Amino acid sequence: MSIELKNVNYIYGVGSGQEKQALKNINLKIGDGEFIGLVGHTGSGKSTLTQLLNGLERASSGEIYYNGQNIYEKNFNMRELRGKVGLVFQYPEHQLFETSVIADVQFGPKNLGLDNLEVELRSYEALKLVGIGEELIDTSPFALSGGQKRRVAIAGVLAMQPEVLVLDEPMAGLDPAGRDEILSLLKDLHQKKNITIILVSHSMDDIAEYADRVLVMNHGELVLDGKPRDIFQYQDELEKIGLGVPQASGVIHSLRKAGIHIDKECITAEEAAQAIASVLLEKM
Amino acid sequence: MIRDITIGQYYATESAIHKLDPRVKVIATFAYIISLFCFSKFSGYIVAALFFGVMVILSKVPFKFIVRGLKPIIFMLVFTAALNLFWSQGETKLISIGIFTITLEGVKKAAYMAIRLILLIIGSSLMTLTTTPNQLTDAIEKILHPLNKIHVPVHEVAMMMSIALRFIPILIEETDKIMKAQMARGADFESGNIFHRIKNMLPIIIPLFISASRRANDLALAMDARCYHGGDGRTKMKPLKYKRVDFIAYVVVITYLVIQQVVVRILPF
Repeated sequence: MSIELKNVNYIYGVGSGQEKQALKNINLKIGDGEFIGLVGHTGSGKSTLTQLLNGLERASSGEIYYNGQNIYEKNFNMRELRGKVGLVFQYPEHQLFETSVIADVQFGPKNLGLDNLEVELRSYEALKLVGIGEELIDTSPFALSGGQKRRVAIAGVLAMQPEVLVLDEPMAGLDPAGRDEILSLLKDLHQKKNITIILVSHSMDDIAEYADRVLVMNHGELVLDGKPRDIFQYQDELEKIGLGVPQASGVIHSLRKAGIHIDKECITAEEAAQAIASVLLEKM
Repeated sequence: MIRDITIGQYYATESAIHKLDPRVKVIATFAYIISLFCFSKFSGYIVAALFFGVMVILSKVPFKFIVRGLKPIIFMLVFTAALNLFWSQGETKLISIGIFTITLEGVKKAAYMAIRLILLIIGSSLMTLTTTPNQLTDAIEKILHPLNKIHVPVHEVAMMMSIALRFIPILIEETDKIMKAQMARGADFESGNIFHRIKNMLPIIIPLFISASRRANDLALAMDARCYHGGDGRTKMKPLKYKRVDFIAYVVVITYLVIQQVVVRILPF
């Protein structure tokens, strides 16, 4: 599995007199089994980028290759691509419509044209993955709690068994317990099922903890691309474009400025705690 | 895709027409529409088209934007013209095929009807293109204000109208989002016969209804929280006030109506 974007541009509202370039010359290669954090301020083009990946929006210019195949070629099977690249929108629970949880989850795999047995199998597996128990599968999705609804909606995408899962702020509006559930689900999917995850999030702490690659967008351009540890060194640059660094990095950077010598770049609370502890121990 | 709908769209630019008091625009549009139905002579329509052309130039709205508003009514246009063409009684018979007879009067009537409809639609779309929905409802509220005396809830009606208008773009955006979300789950809205397609719309319509009622509920709560209690004693942030240019505009409209009547009466066609 690989996705490659070559010189991709996207312009909104062509011909309306209010054109706006949402993406500028994006070049990007996403490999198998990566866990990517996509960050950027509101309106930086993150959502547009995610929608290009499964062909929901079409680039104004440039090419996108999925496994080396140009997705804009005439006889490319777009529906199959949408099964392979699962996209979970912001507030995915707003797309629920069926009379029962299980029927809603089956919508995706049914659209892929699978036989009934396969549809059933995938749907139950997806519900199990997101932790929706048997007692809930026949209830109306509208009777569930907010966190449960969201997990059902995510199951609806997972049931298509995508190779790449793109999530647009999947934790927005959830309580801390709900956030942890979603994050640990993503971690499991990544580690056990080897699904490539692209996570759009405003929480640098979550990105630092889970992602192994960070993409930073600003005004439609891809400005930084690298390992979290390397990216989060650029605190000033990130703050200039309206972003921040994980709390741990912030603390370490402040300590450094205050003259305390810490070599290691720490991005999670645990790492920072260890680094601070070792400095303190040295002094004793 | 769905964002291409242009009916009731506002075209933002700075022009003499944009700056006019919305009441002038509403009343002028009404006068213009009524004027189209006051005669059946080509000379009158030429005057109307000229007047309209000058307004378009003054408004700085690109002509193709205005013409775009005609697209959805093409069917109605052809249908009305055909109806008039075949069902009009007249003296001068031109062609007759079976029970259908086309008369000179019929052709004329069909042409008048088509011209009227076109001028009517593009005329009113010029108004919506140059007036924001909020200005429009403000104007209607103010114009209908006297009806308050006979207990017509003018303010409430205007408020409902502006809320409805305000929600059109929101719901269009929401539809777009839901459509995309379902397409991401492999839904197909483009193939199949008509019944199939209607059935395929369910995954959009149900979430859309739910979201509309959720939004309505939220809005009602927010209005309540800010002590909204209807129109009594409510003042405006931007009260409508006539300026000199608005009176000039009224004079221009009246001149147009007079010239049109004179032309229609003098010229033979």
